[in-house]
Amino acid sequence: MSETVAASPAPRVAVRKTYKLYIGGAFPRSESGRSYAVTDHKDNFLANAAMASRKDARDAVSAARKAVAGWSGATAYNRGQVLYRVAELLEGRRSQFTAEVRAAEGLGARAAEAVVDATIDRWVWYAGWADKISQVRGAANPVAGPYYNFSVAEATGVAAVLAPQDSSLLGLVSVVAPAVVSGNTVIAVASESRPLPAVTLSEVLATSDVPGGVINILTGRTAEIAPWLASHMDVNAIDLTGAPDDLADDLADAAADNLKRVIRPRSADGDWTGSPSLHRMHGYLETKTVWHPTGT
Amino acid sequence: MGKFEYAPAPESRAVVALRESYGLFIDGDFVPGKDDGVFKTISPATEEVLAEVTEASPADVDRAVSAARRAYEQTWSVMPGRERAKYLFRIARIIQERARELAVLESLDNGKPIRESRDVDIPLAAAHFFYYAGWADKLEHAGFGPDPQPLGVAGQVIPWNFPLLMLAWKIAPALACGNTVVLKPAETTPLTALLFAEICQQADLPPGVVNIITGAGPTGRALVTHPGIDKVAFTGSTEVGKEIARAAGRKKVTLELGGKAANIVFADAPVDQAVEGIVNGIFFNQGHVCCAGSRLLVQESVYDQVLESLRRRLATLRLGDPLDKNTDVGAINSPAQLAKIRELSDSGEAEGAERWSAPCELPVKGFWFPPTVFTGVSPAHRIAREEIFGPVLSVLTFRTPAEAIAKANSTPYGLSAGVWTDKGSRILWMAARLRAGVVWANTFNKFDPTSPFGGYKESGYGREGGRHGLEAYLDV
Amino acid sequence: MNEAEGEPVTTVTIAGPDLRRFLDGLPGVDSVGAEARAAVLASRSIKTTAKRLALDLAISMIDLTTLEGQDTPGKVRAMCAKATHPDPTDPTVPMVAAVCVYPDLAEVAAAEVKGTGIHVASVATGFPSGRASLEVKLADVRSAIAAGADEVDMVIDRGAFLAGKYQLVFDEIAAVHEVCSGKAHLKVILETGELVTLDNVRRASWLAMLAGADFIKTSTGKVSPAATLPVTLVMLEAVRDYRESHGRQVGVKAAGGIRTAKDAIRYLVLVNETVGDDWLDPDWFRLGASSLLNDLLMQRTKLATGRYSGPDYFTLDS
Repeated sequence: MSETVAASPAPRVAVRKTYKLYIGGAFPRSESGRSYAVTDHKDNFLANAAMASRKDARDAVSAARKAVAGWSGATAYNRGQVLYRVAELLEGRRSQFTAEVRAAEGLGARAAEAVVDATIDRWVWYAGWADKISQVRGAANPVAGPYYNFSVAEATGVAAVLAPQDSSLLGLVSVVAPAVVSGNTVIAVASESRPLPAVTLSEVLATSDVPGGVINILTGRTAEIAPWLASHMDVNAIDLTGAPDDLADDLADAAADNLKRVIRPRSADGDWTGSPSLHRMHGYLETKTVWHPTGT
Repeated sequence: MGKFEYAPAPESRAVVALRESYGLFIDGDFVPGKDDGVFKTISPATEEVLAEVTEASPADVDRAVSAARRAYEQTWSVMPGRERAKYLFRIARIIQERARELAVLESLDNGKPIRESRDVDIPLAAAHFFYYAGWADKLEHAGFGPDPQPLGVAGQVIPWNFPLLMLAWKIAPALACGNTVVLKPAETTPLTALLFAEICQQADLPPGVVNIITGAGPTGRALVTHPGIDKVAFTGSTEVGKEIARAAGRKKVTLELGGKAANIVFADAPVDQAVEGIVNGIFFNQGHVCCAGSRLLVQESVYDQVLESLRRRLATLRLGDPLDKNTDVGAINSPAQLAKIRELSDSGEAEGAERWSAPCELPVKGFWFPPTVFTGVSPAHRIAREEIFGPVLSVLTFRTPAEAIAKANSTPYGLSAGVWTDKGSRILWMAARLRAGVVWANTFNKFDPTSPFGGYKESGYGREGGRHGLEAYLDV
Repeated sequence: MNEAEGEPVTTVTIAGPDLRRFLDGLPGVDSVGAEARAAVLASRSIKTTAKRLALDLAISMIDLTTLEGQDTPGKVRAMCAKATHPDPTDPTVPMVAAVCVYPDLAEVAAAEVKGTGIHVASVATGFPSGRASLEVKLADVRSAIAAGADEVDMVIDRGAFLAGKYQLVFDEIAAVHEVCSGKAHLKVILETGELVTLDNVRRASWLAMLAGADFIKTSTGKVSPAATLPVTLVMLEAVRDYRESHGRQVGVKAAGGIRTAKDAIRYLVLVNETVGDDWLDPDWFRLGASSLLNDLLMQRTKLATGRYSGPDYFTLDS
């Protein structure tokens, strides 16, 4: 057996991921053909992400609108099952998400793992609300007359959600899940500087049972896309959480044109690790009150 | 012989791996009983012995309660709700994964048609676990205060008519709220509960959180009177329910007992669906249903039409092998139950009612009773007052809505009722006046984990299902 | 057997406001209950000998259909050849019940199936929309019969029905029935997909039967949804109740959207458990379909050989 020094094997070249938009269950690039460089907390290049245009936003709204009837018309049990399965898939990709979050937010390994665990548990928490929120929110009302009167909660429709800029995964999930659990569909605008975990989330959604169009994810410049969503007359609600301070009021102003339901960030949101209040679910729910006489 | 006879379409038994004998499930393991008590469980359709099962003695009950107490104090009540939730989600998932096995086993042990165990019992059982899993980490939003606490150890005794489903109704909310349980399945249907114990193992549920002890009346009595439990949950006969209420002491008790529901059909009912509802109401699960529509109250003006449609429809019911996918009516669960059904039916004839049974061939082996209708029934007849718990319908008439209410409510029971009419306001007027915990309008025997179920009066107290179902397992 | 069992009770004319009161007074249909019943029947498991019987029965009940703007004599001839010999390699396969074409191709079809016992059904009355004058509609019917059709599939005026003009709809059906009388069997297409509610399906079924229909038929196949199990359930209940009260048996045809053998067998189960043996016959129940036939043949082959087959082993119908 000769003892020649073996030449070290050539290092394996990784196959890098392409980060595209997620609209209507498919992964298109931006129709504008643009992308932008995403860097980690040390300014190292991570990847090019698609830079969504107003037309991408328009297409996303259209996809979301198409998906409303089916998603809000599904039984609450079915929505809960579908969303719970998303959590199963997230759990399976724990290490992938941990790596994404580390790179995006500059966290240590254990901190990143804790974020991913909290994300999965947050998703499970919301999945379990699907068949309960109407029990907590609805009521049979004791009106003073021979009428049966009840109030039920219904999804408002299409919601534009500006995800938090800093919390690229936990914060994202904390603003998206409450909208969809009760039957709304969502166009989420990911964190501008930390969009990559959102795109990986869209891969999870694409392989889950969530129908195409229920959740759409756009990456790009928040200040560019947000005004188009805020002024879109076929969007029913908007969450301004990820809006830059100087823009939020303008967006709310535009939203008033069709009286969108507006959700604002709260200081209690904090770093998103605390137990959520119900206001984000309530914000996307209408209340319908029905009267019916009782008599023979 | 009709033109289109259905060939046998048996579901295979091969999916179930029956053991020859089963121990008790205590503290996460199957263990033998402290003494040598055993009993056999048989298939009511063929009378073959399915397995030997351990009879838990008072010493075994002690062991189980201690295990539950330990698990409660050291593990389960201190575990955050979101972690308890994930165990319950796992259990729900495994029930779905092993659905076919559970359905076949349920039909073998209970005698109910495989179509029902496959399409109703097992899916609902999984759904109950899913629903209550989601409450485990949201109790502060349930309307019982900012930090509701569990009660401790729950002793639960369930009946033989929906074995796995009744187990799910008991265990899911108890665990979601942070309690641990000792559950005794009925002595004629222990097998799916024992398979559930395996599922708990597969889910890695911490030992002692769920304990399954098999046995009969004495085991049940030892359990519900045990000083080491904080809560008693019982589904079964009103007679035993009263005994439990007397012996309860300071323990919290919920009872889900018998019924003699009125299924009320008005002249303007959607008649074809009403007939389905009548059939479903009393012949689903061979009438072994506490909320069965066992009294048909038909408006006199449409009596002939409804009865004729009903008889015509009953002639298409298929009675036979529970494992045949086309069977509609399965076996009666036990010789004791069959004797009771026969005795009450004979009394019906003796008291002057007219008896009509659907034409069907009863198999030679096993326990069977044909779907039967009594007409000319008066409210004083035994078959109008006593729960038969079998496929026997008593038909009475009424003229006005108020009369229907009076007749429907004239019973010590109050579990459920059905109303069939095209008029919405009448549905709501009737629902407001029926003294029953569940009112089905233009439908019957519908169950859902989100929908509270339970009775008025001697049908028991407490509700299972929905947000209301949490109350039974919280210290509120 | 082609003739209706005795005359309809037309001497008792329920007309005008009485017709409306009668139809509106029929018991309602709870759609959730009807759908649930249909779903339970659809879960019946039909295997082995029962399946073999059902497949053959289904084949014998088919109205093999081509109703396209692009139909040619060649297409019709090929379809008729398929109708008489569904599987050239297997003479045990039964013939279908009828072929179904547009009126201007009825002559071609009649020539092709002459002597086989297969009926020639022609659509008529401005199929599929029914939007034409009564004069044009009746001329359409006459031309179909003259060309050799012994069955006429007419459409009702859905616009008139939905506008509550029941008498108009009734009169049109009665007029067509008169033209057909003694020469052709009349099937009345309700177009249930446009009637939408099961209450309407029940009313339209009764209306058609009172006006003289020999068959009531679900759909033209040009509108979705076409035939469905709940719709067919309601129609079967209607013919059952009508025979009970008026002493005349009317047939039912489910058409459109029935593509697989599994679907077809579900319809047979529905017939079996709703109206029974009397309707389990091509004279009283039909399936309007085209691609269904090959799926029935494939299933038949699988039962015989034990292997799954493929489309290459069955002839096209064009």
